[in-house]
Amino acid sequence: MAEIKPIKFSDEALALSHKIMKRYPEGKQKSAILPVLHLAQAELGGWLSAPVMDYVASLLSIQPVEVYEVASFYSMYNLKPVGKCVIEVCRTGPCWLMGAEDLVKFIEKKLNIKEGQTTADGMFTLKTVECLASCGTAPMMQIGETYHENLTFEKCSDILDSYKAKGENVSHWRKERITNHSDIKQ
Amino acid sequence: MGRQLLINDLDKEGIATLAGYKANGGYAALEKALKMKPEEVVSEVQKSGLRGRGGAGFPTGLKWSFIAKPPGVPRYLVCNADESEPGTFKDRYLMQRKPHILIEGMIISSFALGANTSYIYIRGEMMYQFHILEKAIQEAYDAGYLGKNILGTGYDLNLYVHCGAGAYICGEETGLIESLEGKRGNPRIKPPFPAVKGVWQCPTVVNNVETLAAVVPIIDMTGDEYAKIGVGKSTGTKLISASGHINKPGVYEIELGVPVEEFIYSDAYCGGIKNGKKMKAVVAGGSSVPILPTELILKTAKGEPRLMSYESLNHGGFITGTMLGSGGFIVMDEDTSVVKNLWNFTRFYHHESCGQCSPCREGTGWMEKILHKFLDGHATVKDIDLLWDIQSKIDSRTICPLGEAAAWPVASTIRHFRSEFEEYINKGESFKDVKHYFRVNNLQPA
Ligand SMILES: Cc1cc2nc3c(=O)[nH]c(=O)nc-3n(C[C@H](O)[C@H](O)[C@H](O)COP(=O)(O)O)c2cc1C
Ligand code: SF4
Ligand code: FES
Repeated sequence: MAEIKPIKFSDEALALSHKIMKRYPEGKQKSAILPVLHLAQAELGGWLSAPVMDYVASLLSIQPVEVYEVASFYSMYNLKPVGKCVIEVCRTGPCWLMGAEDLVKFIEKKLNIKEGQTTADGMFTLKTVECLASCGTAPMMQIGETYHENLTFEKCSDILDSYKAKGENVSHWRKERITNHSDIKQ
Repeated sequence: MGRQLLINDLDKEGIATLAGYKANGGYAALEKALKMKPEEVVSEVQKSGLRGRGGAGFPTGLKWSFIAKPPGVPRYLVCNADESEPGTFKDRYLMQRKPHILIEGMIISSFALGANTSYIYIRGEMMYQFHILEKAIQEAYDAGYLGKNILGTGYDLNLYVHCGAGAYICGEETGLIESLEGKRGNPRIKPPFPAVKGVWQCPTVVNNVETLAAVVPIIDMTGDEYAKIGVGKSTGTKLISASGHINKPGVYEIELGVPVEEFIYSDAYCGGIKNGKKMKAVVAGGSSVPILPTELILKTAKGEPRLMSYESLNHGGFITGTMLGSGGFIVMDEDTSVVKNLWNFTRFYHHESCGQCSPCREGTGWMEKILHKFLDGHATVKDIDLLWDIQSKIDSRTICPLGEAAAWPVASTIRHFRSEFEEYINKGESFKDVKHYFRVNNLQPA
């Protein structure tokens, strides 16, 4: 069982979300919803449960339903739990031309899961996504913020093995990234 | 190779940092622009003939001249860095390697429009580039190029990066504005246009990354000089994202007007088709534009060589021509199944339809299903007519152009490759397991 964390940002994340809200005009703090949801997903367990979304609504002083309707529209928000490491393979035109379909099948076989599923050890979730603006280095996949490009079966296999060996949580929004750089001094 | 104005100096040391960018002439255009009047900057951009690089090719200076200026109401410039059109990867490339050219272009453009707050709306997936931009913005604040009283001129500008969260439709400018307001990215009914009522109901200009970056060389060299590059109304240079079955995929900066044949076969660009294969088809401007077979991409129906320009690619309209679009140039070799490719594109549009208009929401879904029948070997001749009928009923009946973007590939694939649909019908299930793409790319280590 994963430990149950209270639904609350760390002081650091809270300060950061207030800074993000200040990027928009007075009274328009709702605009911060997308970045704050990314932060919530990274900080509070890798997915957006209803209580997490309610918490974000309270931070932004908006109705919970305004958060639900946004969270369900955008593909980067996970509305159910995911593995520590989400593999996002591009499945769109140019990547398909270069073999993305076979790549997905290869990963499914290697990890013994189907697209959309998570491995039994909770390490990997396999997703297919749309064009990630990396078509010149197709086929490719994204893990966390990193693009893995010009993949072959062997290269892909090695990459997955190295994530597994590290066993770390990998999310799009890493706290170090945000805390260092969303704090622009004007 | 022709002249390059945007990515000419990527190999220079530290070009991604402010110091490296300045050492190579960066921020000189900003100093020059801030000594001009805002109207003079707009006028230079008008003279340059610059056309929007995001896909529609609308003249940038003209777009800027439409911005409403009601007293006491703030105006906004928003950079469209949502880059999600399949086949397009130039903006990500530019932002990663030379973030300051975008920032400099945005400061100049914001000054020209009278905006004191501007945003870069970047795709949520591009967290790495988000971080590069934020570092660069901090450098620009520290150097006095952003913030209050920029370079002592009295002009104030705050620039922020805003991130999306995965939705192609947020690249459409009013979908992007809704998303920036913290809502679902549902495109708005126009009018009112963003130039009158955009973000938070204030006058707003939305421009593509490459468009705003191009403002820098325009101010540097003057609009008149920029207009001398290129051909006819296709002035200047354009970043082309080349992908698919070519020897040298990547981002190329071309002078508009390079012959398509040279672009595909010359070693200065794509370097010809991979593995010595023949070319079958090209999608020249991102997945939304009509696909053309080899004969028609290399030459117009009149037999003239086709050029990489807005007009030449559009020669023959949608019957025998296509569009420059976003410059996402996807090349397919002789082993490619254009029917399967079309199914993939249609699946994409169905997935990305925001669902507000029934022709788009339902039409893309039906087209995807029918195309799947072809792949499964269960389609009949009637299905070709049905596909044609559905696509023709989407075109120009929707709130935003995504519906059309889904219809055009269907229309053009049927128009130019009808015999391949018939092959699927005739061979039926026996054709099902033929591997169309992977004969060439078996992903085994080279
Ligand atoms: C469905 C759809 C997706 C679009 N995606 C993008 C995009 O990712 N980037 C972009 O710059 N323009 C995109 N556009 C075009 C924008 O609506 C808009 O025309 C453009 O940002 C204007 O900038 P420009 O005049 O500098 O090209 C898209 C349009 C549609 C209909
Ligand atoms: S055309 Fe499609 S994507 Fe555009 S507004 Fe209508 S339903 Fe949404
Ligand atoms: S199609 Fe895969 S990155 Fe563009």
